[in-house]
Amino acid sequence: MYPCWPKQINMLRKIQPHQYKDIIIRFQSLLALIILCFALGLMTDIFFTSANMLNVMRQISVNICISVGMTLVILTGGIDLSVGSILALSGAITAGLLKFGLELPFFDTFIGFTLFGAILAGLLTGTSLGAFNGLVITKFKVPPFVATLAMLTIARGFTLLYTKGFPISGLGPKFSFLGTGWFLGIPVPVWISIMVISIALFITNKTKLGRYIYAIGGNESAAELSGINIKKIKTIVYAIAGGLAAIGGIIVTSRLDSAQPNAGASYELDAIAAVVIGGTSLSGGKGTIGGTVLGAIIIGVLNNGLVLLNVSPFWQLVIKGIVILLAIIIDKHNSKNQ
Amino acid sequence: MNKVNLEIQLGKVNAIIGENGAGKSTLMKILSGVYADYEGEIIFNGETVRFKNPKEAQYSGIAIIHQELSLIPHLSITENIFLGRELTTAFGVLDQKKMTSRTRELLQKLKLNLDPDTPVFKLKVGQQQVVEIAKALLSDSNVIIMDEPTSAISDHEVDVLFGVIKDLRKQNKAIVYISHKLDELFRIADRYIVLRDGQSIASGDMKGMSKDRIIQKMVGRNIEVLGNPVASESAQRILSVKNLHLKPEGSSKSGMLSNITFHLNKGEILGIFGLMGAGRTELLETLFGLHPKNSSGEIWVDGQRLSFRNPSEAINSGVALVPEDRKKDGLVLGMDVRSNISLTVLDLIETAGIISTEKENELADKYIKDLSIKTSSKKQLAKNLSGGNQQKIVISKWLATHPKILLLDEPTRGIDVNAKNEIYKLITSLAKKGLGIIMVSSELPEILAISNRVIVMSEGFITAEIPISEAKEENILKAAIPKSI
Repeated sequence: MYPCWPKQINMLRKIQPHQYKDIIIRFQSLLALIILCFALGLMTDIFFTSANMLNVMRQISVNICISVGMTLVILTGGIDLSVGSILALSGAITAGLLKFGLELPFFDTFIGFTLFGAILAGLLTGTSLGAFNGLVITKFKVPPFVATLAMLTIARGFTLLYTKGFPISGLGPKFSFLGTGWFLGIPVPVWISIMVISIALFITNKTKLGRYIYAIGGNESAAELSGINIKKIKTIVYAIAGGLAAIGGIIVTSRLDSAQPNAGASYELDAIAAVVIGGTSLSGGKGTIGGTVLGAIIIGVLNNGLVLLNVSPFWQLVIKGIVILLAIIIDKHNSKNQ
Repeated sequence: MNKVNLEIQLGKVNAIIGENGAGKSTLMKILSGVYADYEGEIIFNGETVRFKNPKEAQYSGIAIIHQELSLIPHLSITENIFLGRELTTAFGVLDQKKMTSRTRELLQKLKLNLDPDTPVFKLKVGQQQVVEIAKALLSDSNVIIMDEPTSAISDHEVDVLFGVIKDLRKQNKAIVYISHKLDELFRIADRYIVLRDGQSIASGDMKGMSKDRIIQKMVGRNIEVLGNPVASESAQRILSVKNLHLKPEGSSKSGMLSNITFHLNKGEILGIFGLMGAGRTELLETLFGLHPKNSSGEIWVDGQRLSFRNPSEAINSGVALVPEDRKKDGLVLGMDVRSNISLTVLDLIETAGIISTEKENELADKYIKDLSIKTSSKKQLAKNLSGGNQQKIVISKWLATHPKILLLDEPTRGIDVNAKNEIYKLITSLAKKGLGIIMVSSELPEILAISNRVIVMSEGFITAEIPISEAKEENILKAAIPKSI
């Protein structure tokens, strides 16, 4: 870090007065977050305690997993409404396999699952449902909104079928470590979300896949003419989004020590909100993982602050909606002025 | 566009003639209020006017019928005609009866025998055009501008349309008729205005004019030869195309190719000229594997027969396409110069999916230098560059694939004269290095300036193949003008 400082200071010196506006625009979400934190720090006693901070980070870890996947999808110019349901189904399958194993009455066999096996099965479930989304969108040219809306219902239906409408609980202390455990003074879910963020940052900045994602979202026709296999890339992206939803599902299930049939309902909306607040364009091609993480943190801090301030949960919803609207309106206004 | 003087007379059919890019569309956009930012005066009915938007132009009585019809397919004829100016009763409810009867009157006037409730998508293109005219008549327009009205309709429909136009002329309306089909202009037009390079060149009565004299005026006498058409006479074939056919998509006539046979040598620049709708772009697209389902015929590259099913196959066999619309198809405008250049060859500069920044920078630096792309940095966004430099980026990204054949679709469209000359130099130097180049263009001077051989297309056919020594504006243009009207 140290060698960077002189350069940064130098940069600050070179900034002309009129450039301050550009910088404010560029870091507006960060600025909003800082102001929000500052205000909450003044208004409550416990906001700035490390316990509360870690609590916020743990609460948003599931949303971070989902919204990172959502960012990739939205960067290609698509949308994924099915992540909440995929989360529930993946969580339920992990829990079910862990607790009951897999019975195949026709063959009169029983397959037991280790912890690792059950988690892998959950991840596979999410990834394949995501890949299925991608195939429907690319092969049958169903608009992403509709294809994933259908998956939202289908996956929820399967969750209810699999759980017969009841929670699957009592999954053992080993499994609950994932959701409630601590490692080096930081909750395990936060570690997981940090890993997800790092991998996504790497993909978007350093890899061919990341470049293709931006190219497709930026100009699909130019990307196609450049010989890029658009169908393949899009399918991979939806599969990643499904896989990340499954990770979210496993965290949720582990934290509650129970797979709820209605888990993850409307989580897709929080994810889209995080992506949008983070400055990613819904038409694709423009946006960053960092922005989305910031967006997720803003939503998390807002939720936390409203609870600390004893605001009624009904008002919390209203306020959250207004914040999303404001974020978009400011963003539009700024991009028009630039 | 600069210095256009023209006069449009009531009760006459005024034909505006010019090559592609002569400024016809721009002129019409100004007259119909789409472009409000111009110098000069428009005097309409004795008053100087300046339309700020299409609505104002419509209000004053200028209606434009666009080449692409602007009707809404699933609405009925009546609903389309009254769109945006619906009649209502005193209670604010739509007055269907009145609108339907007005529509019926209008259709009768135009001799279109149709139920006003028919949805527009069921109509033939020619009938749709008449509906557009009805729309213009409803607003009592005195000036009706028609942009290439016969480009997509059958001969019979043309007759009907001409009947309607003649009636309108009798009603003392001014018709502005844009077309490059000279034969039909002689049938219908009273006056002509020739545009060339954004200037009005000549105007007068159609009577007594001959086709050749109009072509002469369209072309002009003083064409500057920019480049150097002498290239190596290598006989080594790099591309042969035999009996290439392309079925049109949908019901329109345009966009088809019939019996296309030609070849391309190493180091040769083959110019393909044709007017709008001649099938030039479709030919390049087919060679690049963009029409796998509708095309048939043989394509041989370097002695190997290929069946191009998608662009990546074409790229792998050494074919590259610089598309006509660089903003729409060529560049990802929101990405930087470097990423745009490397987009076609990421496979070559990655290991295990990770892009090598070093190799990518090398690649970008090489082409920025080789093609002297003027950019503040390789990290500059493509959208911030000028048209000429953007085009160079598109060419770079294709040169990076080390092609044997370079297909250029309108390589200098929308870029300034200096940049054009640079692009010409670049193209000729690439040919000298042994690339086979096909350059499609609707600008005759550039075809004449740098090609070694010229192929002329019209209505999906090759109508002439002319060595550069015999190529003149007149014989090229003659072959390019569609025979059918």
